[in-house]
Amino acid sequence: MKSLRFLAARLGWAFLTILFVVTLNFFIFRVLPGDPARAGLRDPRLTREAVEAIRVRFGLDKPVINCVQALNPFEAGDCLVNPLDTQFFIYFGNLLRGELGISYHTNRPVADHLGQMLWNTVLLIGAGQVLAILLGVALGVLAAWKSRTRIDVGALLFSLLAWSLPTFWLGIILLFWGSSRFGLPIGGKLTPGLPFVSQAAMLKDLGRHLLLPTLTYTIVFLGEYMLIMRSTLLDILSEDFILTAKAKGLRTFQILKDHALRNAMLPMVTLIALNLGFTVAGAIQIETVFSWPGLGGAVFNAVGQRDYPMLQGAFLLLAVSVILANLAADLLYSLLDPRVRVD
Amino acid sequence: MTSPLLDVRDLSVDFHLPGRPPGHAVSRVGFTLQPGEAMGLVGESGCGKTTLSLALLRLLPPQGRIVSGSVKFNGRELLALSEPEMANVRWKDISMIFQGAMNALNPVASIGAQISEAVRRHYSFMTPVEARTRTAELLDMVGIGAARAGQYPHQYSGGMRQRAMIAMALACSPQIVIADEPTTALDVMIQAQILDLLDRLRRELGLAVIFVTHDLGVVAELCDKVLVMYAGVTAEYAGVDEIYNQPRHPYTQELLKAFPDLSRPRAALNSIPGYPPRIDALPPGCRFAPRCPAVFDRCHIDQPALHALTPEHLAACHLVESES
Repeated sequence: MKSLRFLAARLGWAFLTILFVVTLNFFIFRVLPGDPARAGLRDPRLTREAVEAIRVRFGLDKPVINCVQALNPFEAGDCLVNPLDTQFFIYFGNLLRGELGISYHTNRPVADHLGQMLWNTVLLIGAGQVLAILLGVALGVLAAWKSRTRIDVGALLFSLLAWSLPTFWLGIILLFWGSSRFGLPIGGKLTPGLPFVSQAAMLKDLGRHLLLPTLTYTIVFLGEYMLIMRSTLLDILSEDFILTAKAKGLRTFQILKDHALRNAMLPMVTLIALNLGFTVAGAIQIETVFSWPGLGGAVFNAVGQRDYPMLQGAFLLLAVSVILANLAADLLYSLLDPRVRVD
Repeated sequence: MTSPLLDVRDLSVDFHLPGRPPGHAVSRVGFTLQPGEAMGLVGESGCGKTTLSLALLRLLPPQGRIVSGSVKFNGRELLALSEPEMANVRWKDISMIFQGAMNALNPVASIGAQISEAVRRHYSFMTPVEARTRTAELLDMVGIGAARAGQYPHQYSGGMRQRAMIAMALACSPQIVIADEPTTALDVMIQAQILDLLDRLRRELGLAVIFVTHDLGVVAELCDKVLVMYAGVTAEYAGVDEIYNQPRHPYTQELLKAFPDLSRPRAALNSIPGYPPRIDALPPGCRFAPRCPAVFDRCHIDQPALHALTPEHLAACHLVESES
């Protein structure tokens, strides 16, 4: 009963946060200077009628909310139109139907576009995160268990180095090294124009393209996981209950697994959830360097093209994924730590 | 006389910290324990009581090392065992009740799981169900009730955590339990309950117990004999009556004076002036000499050897030696 209420409370908060983000997300792009239609299509040959047609097509002729034409005090428009016929409500309505608007640049629905890119990013980040977590945690455990030995010092140095490398720099170096030395593809998701005879051949090509960006991603994030895991575990290994476990005659592996790691996973879960949010920034760099057709690359391009609907959609997606990651961390926390469960 | 259950001889433990001279935490301490016997291990904070008890189970932190001596359990030399062999002795033969049970229990595992884990480690023939039954039995025995086995340490009160710790220590029916200040941080009523419980279980199960404490009242009530330690060495080692009625070492005498006497309510509390020496900067002679009220020249030069007044009463003091 208590845990059900806990779940309901967390879900409620996540929902409220998403509502807030949606609202904020809408206004951020309306506050930006310049009418998107005019700013995006700076072509002197366009007639006034053509610009007006474009504005109608994108719904920009309607007031932002009631009584405000644009978020600009000098452009106060017609007051009191039908409140449902404002950009804000249309935006909300469209959102509920899963429509994110139409890209200024490609004229295609943003939702389709983002959906496709989201999967590419999830593929890249998913592979990279899983590898970074597994390797980082393993290395951190090893270093903590062998603390003050050469293994520890070596792992520590490697992790500090990996953590402090600039993402784009490491990406470029790996790109250069991998393509010149091993003939790996320099960018993209699949080799363009290559006819694939089978599913397996396509997967193999995909794997070759994934290798370098995933490696970059793994190295960049591995260091942080290792360092946090090591210091957390060192703290925990000096706790009294570890001495109790030793006194009980438990074997090293069991002490590590049942007593040390279970406690050490608590800060790790928080870190992973936070990282899933921050990864998008890392992914922008990696996806740009490797021309990976993902969300990060899409954001980067949309900024250059002033493609506001695209940016608006991408921001929404990123915010929602951060909120969901935090929700997952909250729920996982309550599973791992009995002290959090009873609220 | 039968061979003792536990026979500790000349046990010395050094601590090596980087950039410091080695600290002699425990120097040539010895005692014996018969089956079912209760011994008090008494001394000020930092005198090596906990180090000595951890050394018996070979659980010293990496900086601490047993440099000499012998620990025989039922005639078997524990210091010569390999690490896996030693792990089999821990908890099965000698278990330990740690001070401050809040930190000694894993916060994210249920009490029941932590007890049955010990049961299953040493009784590998038991099925999970049998281990759970045994856990329930143990919890009943210490007055917690099996129904609370699924709860976590933070849901227990301080006294209950200590009871759970006791249940855990008895999980594998050990022959010796080392209780390291089992009542620290508990209020007086709970302290009394915990001590009663320990005493009752000891008698029922025929356990040998080492009570590590600085509470002489506890020792007087529960123990058969007492080992008084000062700065890592044995000051006096004798039966509980001798210690209380004929203490021979000035440190024991001062320690007893420092204990409030309820029959003389207005008497001022005595304390021993000064502090124990640092273990990495010990005085050359008797370690107690700088604080001793009966000190004389020789004390600053010679370290007194343990002198046997009777076979069961040992004291390390030049005064004792010169008297007899």
